[in-house]
Amino acid sequence: MTNPSKTLFQKVWDAHRVRELPTGQTQLFIGTHLIHEVTSPQAFAMIRELDLGVRFPKRTFATVDHIVPTDTRIRPLSDPMAEAMMSELEKNCREFGIELFDIASGQQGIVHVIGPEQGLTQPGMTIACGDSHTATHGAFGAIAFGIGTSQVRDVLATQTLAMAPLKVRQVNVSGKLGGGVYAKDVTLAIIRELGVNGGVGYAYEYAGDVVEAMTMEERMTLCNMAIEGGARCGYVNPDEATFDYLRGRPRAPQGEAFDRAVEQWRSMATDEGAVFDDVFELAGADIEPTVTWGINPAQNLGVNGRIPNASEVPDDERASVAEALEYMDLTPGKRIAGTPIDVAFIGSCTNGRISDMREAARVAKTGKVKDGVRALVVPGSHEVAKLAEDEGLDVIFREAGFQWREPGCSMCLAMNPDKLQGHEMCASSSNRNFKGRQGSPTGRTLLMSPAMVAAAALEGKVVDVREVL
Amino acid sequence: MGNRNIDKVVGRGCVSRGDDVDTDRIIPARFMKEVTFDTMGEHLFEDAREAAKGNHPLDNEAFEGAQILIVGKNFGCGSSREHAPQALMRYGFNGFIGGSFAEIFAGNCTAMGLVWVTLPDADLAKVMDSVELDPTQEITIDVEARTVTYRDGTLACEIPDGTRKQLLEGTWDAMGLLLDAGDAIDQTGNALPYVSGY
Repeated sequence: MTNPSKTLFQKVWDAHRVRELPTGQTQLFIGTHLIHEVTSPQAFAMIRELDLGVRFPKRTFATVDHIVPTDTRIRPLSDPMAEAMMSELEKNCREFGIELFDIASGQQGIVHVIGPEQGLTQPGMTIACGDSHTATHGAFGAIAFGIGTSQVRDVLATQTLAMAPLKVRQVNVSGKLGGGVYAKDVTLAIIRELGVNGGVGYAYEYAGDVVEAMTMEERMTLCNMAIEGGARCGYVNPDEATFDYLRGRPRAPQGEAFDRAVEQWRSMATDEGAVFDDVFELAGADIEPTVTWGINPAQNLGVNGRIPNASEVPDDERASVAEALEYMDLTPGKRIAGTPIDVAFIGSCTNGRISDMREAARVAKTGKVKDGVRALVVPGSHEVAKLAEDEGLDVIFREAGFQWREPGCSMCLAMNPDKLQGHEMCASSSNRNFKGRQGSPTGRTLLMSPAMVAAAALEGKVVDVREVL
Repeated sequence: MGNRNIDKVVGRGCVSRGDDVDTDRIIPARFMKEVTFDTMGEHLFEDAREAAKGNHPLDNEAFEGAQILIVGKNFGCGSSREHAPQALMRYGFNGFIGGSFAEIFAGNCTAMGLVWVTLPDADLAKVMDSVELDPTQEITIDVEARTVTYRDGTLACEIPDGTRKQLLEGTWDAMGLLLDAGDAIDQTGNALPYVSGY
């Protein structure tokens, strides 16, 4: 007899199945399609070339985030290519009737911040976006995929994708987190334990006491980095926290329709007794404030740990540890705490939300940015900026010596003027510490939570945020 | 809207060692400030080449004109940017042999008609060593037979069933198949409460 219990992943998959394709893939209906200026222009060019239209223009939403400058945003933008990309998106949205959350709308922001903020992201949906951090939306119990530009074209033209089903691994984080330990530390610890490609072929269902106790913003941080562990998507089952977050959001159902929606959303959660392809357990109490030391997000350790020595790791990791240490110019055996930094960056789709701003401000209040450290705080959206400014967080940051910027992707990937210079070392709340990621081919990144970044900015070096809080 | 059938890639190889080569390394983000893919090939591995000071495989004359890139594990991890396989294709690569590939990257390759296959560690090492020793040799990735043939023999490789089928039958670009669903798309969409209204 087949097991009648299903995971959320299976339920969402089944509800969105248009048909099985002769290739063995499933043609899957995509409920919400999010686009931005970097990975969409070529997709629009392709549909024009094929003389196709946009099949469900009301189910695609656009914003500008990657290339927008965060100091001044007077048009035309000073970088002509950035201006061209923004104009192209505006033109495409006008021509095909797609809503654009542009700068003038007051609702612009990083695509993975504004989707949830507007209430566009809802439980039980399929969501796609030409951006690998689309997994973020899984925090609401949506199945959200990062896709390439050819697939952006597929969604524009058909509102569907050809996808092979994924296996589901439950990642169970039990117990409680200690003080000064955040969702960022949890997601980094999971990636360290399972490896950067441990999730290939899987969707991650994040569960357990620690995850259930998380706010929606913390769940977004957790799901955001699923792809850094190789998993195409990650999700959390919807619960009261999810419904409370969505209630009253502009694009969420309103009034009685909201109550009916909640009933349906609740029914999408994983059933008791559902079988997972794999289960991974992690104890919340074992997770420490975490810092990366290498050139991929799995190369991380607790803030009180020591930088590994290539000669002491398993054979198959030796070459990559050696390569990472050479690039990072760090000394094996030395504690990661105490590592001097030049730049501090708080922001990104991982950690650019209001709760991140609040936690960082709580630390910023305790001191001043160390002389010689360039410290940027970049809210994830106009809405986050407005909330933060209403609470006076911008003043706290400025008085402590941080720059308070306009919303955008900023120094996470440096497709805008915010970049590392030369060999600079950056304490960053973003998601990738790849070589050259932050704009300088020799720049270095230490990933950590926003509170840890703020603490590093004040001390001019990596410190244990628990000593500051 | 069928594509050409792809049953083989034949050409010389270029060996690029190392695991976890991310898409930022394949094409650094600053070169994506374009509204087309036209210029991507010019910047393939640009920072990695600069850092290697002439010792990058792409700067090795012996590998010039290679069509098959031989790589380590988890190649193409990170960003979903199709700019990465576009850069590789425009530079001249249309087949990849590796230890493993990141999922979005591999999907993008398939959608573009680029072939990717994996070999077990020991076999991959043999092919890498052999091609470095004799870069002039011809390599064949046989999609149908699931094999890699090089100077020293023929090895069994892995390619997912669905991907293999897509390449062989010329449906690697999904667009045609997806459009064929016609009204079934609307039916599925309209049955969803968030589409039809709660």
